Amino acid sequence: MSLTPDLDVIALPGPTFDVVYEGPDALKDVPTHYCPGCTHGIIHRMVAETIDELGIRGRTIGVAPVGCAVFAYKYFNLDGCEAAHGRAPAMATGIKRSLPDRIVFTYQGDGDLASIGGNEILHAALRGERITVIFVNNAIYGMTGGQLAPTSPEGMVTSSSPLGRDPMLAGYPIHMTEMLATMPGVALAVRRSMHSVAEMRKTKKAIRQAFQAQIDGLGLAIVEILSSCPTNWHLEPTAALDYIRERMVPEYPVGDFKIAAQLTNK
Amino acid sequence: MTRELWKGNEALAEAAVRAGVDAFFGYPITPQTELLEYMARRMPELGRTFLQAESEIGAINMVYGAACAGVRAMTSSSSPGISLMQEGLSYIAGSEVPCVLVDIMRGGPGLGNIQPGQGDYFQVTRSAGHGDFHPIVLAPSTVQEAVDLTYLSFDLAFRYRTIVIIAGDGALGQMMEPVEMPPMREPTVDRPDWALSGTAGRAPRIITSLYLDAEELERTNLRLQEKLHAIHTTEQNWESYQTEDAEWLVVAFGTVGRIAKSAVRAARGAGIRAGLFRPISLWPYPEAALDELIERVQGVLVVEMNAGQMLEDVRAIVQGRVPVRFLGRMGGVIPLPDEISAELAHMARMHQRGNGFGSQHRAAERSKIL
Repeated sequence: MSLTPDLDVIALPGPTFDVVYEGPDALKDVPTHYCPGCTHGIIHRMVAETIDELGIRGRTIGVAPVGCAVFAYKYFNLDGCEAAHGRAPAMATGIKRSLPDRIVFTYQGDGDLASIGGNEILHAALRGERITVIFVNNAIYGMTGGQLAPTSPEGMVTSSSPLGRDPMLAGYPIHMTEMLATMPGVALAVRRSMHSVAEMRKTKKAIRQAFQAQIDGLGLAIVEILSSCPTNWHLEPTAALDYIRERMVPEYPVGDFKIAAQLTNK
Repeated sequence: MTRELWKGNEALAEAAVRAGVDAFFGYPITPQTELLEYMARRMPELGRTFLQAESEIGAINMVYGAACAGVRAMTSSSSPGISLMQEGLSYIAGSEVPCVLVDIMRGGPGLGNIQPGQGDYFQVTRSAGHGDFHPIVLAPSTVQEAVDLTYLSFDLAFRYRTIVIIAGDGALGQMMEPVEMPPMREPTVDRPDWALSGTAGRAPRIITSLYLDAEELERTNLRLQEKLHAIHTTEQNWESYQTEDAEWLVVAFGTVGRIAKSAVRAARGAGIRAGLFRPISLWPYPEAALDELIERVQGVLVVEMNAGQMLEDVRAIVQGRVPVRFLGRMGGVIPLPDEISAELAHMARMHQRGNGFGSQHRAAERSKIL
């Protein structure tokens, strides 16, 4: 008896498979540069799925930030551009005002949106720009190697706050979404988290509402998403998710600060 | 065509409107503000985009976004505002999208004042932002010329996918002169094949200035340099006034170039064969034309409303062949024709005595006494 595999069996026609899952059209099938355990990749996918579901891929333009998501335009299968640090809402304003029937979104981190770009997001919200803002808050500067961000929780040890964030020295964590929710031009201002599958599902729904707000011309929509940075938090990926739940959520409660009435059933 | 009386800032705005500007984003700053105010009225009338930004940083990044969408986008400001726009200008240059910017220069550094100045020469021609690039810089000396250059600026910007800066000053922005306005061009409907519009029916387009790979970024820079070289060889623009037999050449741009014309006439009245070389394109600098004139003159007088910025370009072209003297006024003080003609007389007199011109700084010392 031969010990080699039975080649006849292998050569038989294989079973046919049903396609039960595919990557969204709005996402390219390419590897990303994100670290293992980082939630950017999942958030990218949720944004792309939303764009597919709403049937807006052919008229959507993305604006990438400076920070970890700097190459977002390489991953989304969309027209895209790269803004200067923090200026994505101003750049998106220029695009949206020039092409009002297109869907324009920014994808920004917390250093980009809450620190250097504070003025740009504030005034885009003030003007009620019809844009969608995906605000990924991991409480740290990831791309530059883990420095203190305006969003870092009190006591957080970072490479530029080696003794932990001291409010007397570096101020208190900034709550951008609550602040933006006070503005009449804002149609949707919610915070979600990525620390569990259940929370991720809620995040996805909020992203969908944020794009719907723009389609309906209601005003600026921002979804803040609490996200992990295992690399710069110096935690295992699962411990990083615990950190979101235990340290981030108490500082940044998940919730709806503003949802325009027209969006509540969407 | 009829000539109408127009204020410089408003004439610049109307010229841009007639050139087909689709979108204007700006921020108030004296002595430029009338341009923004005019656009606030005029653009909505025509169904075009006007938006007052939260800052000059906001304004230039809105221009960047609109330019990526392939529309004719512009902004205007004055010196301190241009400083704030440098970040955006660098990204726009790196991304190779077209836009037009008007700089109505004022006195600096710092908050300076709101009087006319030319202290942005380095800023607009040399250091409009980090990295290796130069905008096309055009310096009108009359309101009519400001209108004519602005009318052409979008074509230049789109031809080369570059920034075009109209560099005027507070005097030009605020003065009123008779102007013949060019005809109204309708905004173009067709967008360039690189512009962002959504991927319907085609592959995604990306506009970025980010190239992490060193060799890729070098290749991008080399391509940019090739383009700048093409601009440098084809877009030099200048006016020569009474230079055919000139022994003494004044070099001045913008408002000072216009004042220097009176000084040249006065000097000629006093028997000094003076002429004027007035660069209209500050970048590319009209090197070839000036180089040719230098061969025929005894000396050069550079006059600017700064401490000697274009002076460096002139010296680089003259290369010591003839003496170069400088007269500069700062802080918003406009040099008078008499000062310029007195300098020309001084140069001619010293030359006759065979003494050279004396100290290059003497003009500055005399300014101090004034």
